[in-house]
Amino acid sequence: MTQVAEKPSVFGTALDRRPQGGPRWLEDLRARGAARFAALGIPTVRDEEWRFTNVTALGSIDFVPAEQISGAAERLHGFAYTDAPVRAVIVNGRFDTTLSRTKGLPPGVQVGSLAAALRDQADIVQRYFGQLADFTNRSFAALNTAFVQDGAFVYLPDGAVVDAPIHIVYVAGADGGLKVMAHPRTLVVAGANSQARIIESYIGAPDESYFTNAVSEIFVGDNAGIDHYKIQEESLEAYHIASLHAHTSRNSRFSSHSFTLGGRVVRNDVVAILDGEGGDCTLNGLYLADRERLVDNHTTIDHAKPHCGSHEVYKGILGGTSRAVFNGKIIVRQDAQKTDAKQTNRALLLTDGATINTKPQLEIFADDVKCTHGAAIGQLDEDAIFYLRARGLTYGEARDMLIHGFAAQVLEGVQVEPLREALEAELFEQLAKDLAEVDLAR
Amino acid sequence: MSMLDVKNLHVTAEGKEILKGLDLHVNPGEVHAIMGPNGSGKSTLARALSGHPQYAVTEGEVLFEGRDLLAMDPDERAREGVFMAFQYPVEIAGVINANFLKAALNAKRKHLGQPEFDAMEFLQLVREKSKLLEIEDSMLKRAVNEGFSGGEKKRNEIFHMALLEPKLAILDETDSGLDIDALKLVAAGVNAMRSPDRAFIVVTHYQRLLNYIVPDFVHVLSGGRIVKSGGKELALELEAKGYGWIDAA
Repeated sequence: MTQVAEKPSVFGTALDRRPQGGPRWLEDLRARGAARFAALGIPTVRDEEWRFTNVTALGSIDFVPAEQISGAAERLHGFAYTDAPVRAVIVNGRFDTTLSRTKGLPPGVQVGSLAAALRDQADIVQRYFGQLADFTNRSFAALNTAFVQDGAFVYLPDGAVVDAPIHIVYVAGADGGLKVMAHPRTLVVAGANSQARIIESYIGAPDESYFTNAVSEIFVGDNAGIDHYKIQEESLEAYHIASLHAHTSRNSRFSSHSFTLGGRVVRNDVVAILDGEGGDCTLNGLYLADRERLVDNHTTIDHAKPHCGSHEVYKGILGGTSRAVFNGKIIVRQDAQKTDAKQTNRALLLTDGATINTKPQLEIFADDVKCTHGAAIGQLDEDAIFYLRARGLTYGEARDMLIHGFAAQVLEGVQVEPLREALEAELFEQLAKDLAEVDLAR
Repeated sequence: MSMLDVKNLHVTAEGKEILKGLDLHVNPGEVHAIMGPNGSGKSTLARALSGHPQYAVTEGEVLFEGRDLLAMDPDERAREGVFMAFQYPVEIAGVINANFLKAALNAKRKHLGQPEFDAMEFLQLVREKSKLLEIEDSMLKRAVNEGFSGGEKKRNEIFHMALLEPKLAILDETDSGLDIDALKLVAAGVNAMRSPDRAFIVVTHYQRLLNYIVPDFVHVLSGGRIVKSGGKELALELEAKGYGWIDAA
């Protein structure tokens, strides 16, 4: 499986067509991103962080930078909660003013275009932008940075409490069968004592082939609370590579709920730095891998300060000949006494052909901490199936009930009811198709 | 018509023959206790009757109301009115007890051509049935058997039985591990369901349960066969003498 990286000439000439303009610091940042990507190239399976996820094929695709596409409004249909009352719609990396709805927010709260913020609020953006998404060792973050142009910007002033969920919808697509790549960028700055629920959706038409390379940065101020939901419903032919970086402060609460339903090759990195005492962090994930898809979740929780708690539950349902990777790193710095970290990773294999590679990675430098982790990989429990059948449910009903139960723990964490309902419906619709195939093969 | 006819039943588990020609005849309204030493095949009988996939019937026949029970899937047996209270109720993460019960009850009602219960009707039935067994709301809202104490698990089994109203109920060592208060509750739940149309097979290792659920017949199982049958006084004799004399006899 080992392949040799072909560092030169990835993506054909796409790298030469980087966006231009904007403030001087941004131009510099793009140039540094491009230089770093050129040096790093696309990671290979010899890179420890990419051992089980081979993305080298990406480099030989002659992607074109994403352009505006037709019928963006129609492209929102059929995806979870895209009719949210507050939404920022970004189509192929460009903020779409007509499709976005950002009125009626509390005073001072901004939800809008990153490009506009770069222009109108350069000082705030400059203070935060790129501070978390370090690209020294991250090829794709470097690539994203090289292409920064637009995306979503959310700003919550101190004390702002936003009741309506803020939905950022990234639409990817290509007209006429072009292979496009888009580099969505999200920046969220939440001031002290602020509170909001933020949803990022990544959607694309079912059979279109494209590459989404997303980077999101979230700064959570003192005593602020941010719940973040990522709903990934890309085309089943798409590459989706994304990193989410969060930084918490004193007594702040951050939760991330990641749902992977789409994409052919998927890599999600979540990096949370708990950088203030008394912070609390939840990282949850639920992914469905089927067909020949690959879903890779890499998470890092960095306990940098004392008295922080972190709770992590990742669950996967695998069918077909799909593959999944889970790598959960927890770092407890020397200073981070009284850390309480708990990590659980579970995967349910519906077929013999599905495989998962899972690895907890604990790096503990403090001595008064509580860290637990557990992984369980398996098929459906036959005893449980028999128990349900012995009460009158058919094999299929019993199996569905167990799978729903398996997913429930992560779904229940979704505190936006219409979103949870839509997610449940879509997850189980897709599962029903997968299970029908499993039954055919029985 | 008889409720259950077991004729010359041979059952193998993990390649080993456990039941070696068992006969049992149960009429509606009767309570049959199956007793016997550990390893005699008591639980194997219960599991084979409920259709557990790890128990293979190699010979013999079982008729339930005149129909071939062994030809039915486990879920069909349940919907037709055969219930087994598990010796070790299974914990089912993420599946809420009440939701599961509603699905099971409606699966049965649908099978019998009865209208399914809506949420209100179901709730009313639950209220009515939960009192006797002292089933708290929290037990209904929790995942099935998850984090339940031993006594709660057994009470939950009998509660499931009370809701599903089977024709034939098989209790597989429901008394094991119960303190006397829990045992009384469980027995009260069973006794409340005794009726001329319903039969019980009570599998137990101890006579104690039969002080509270008084059987019409007691059968002693040994070496995979019923070696002695009698009335309720047989249980007392077993309690006094132990199982040793059976094998010797």
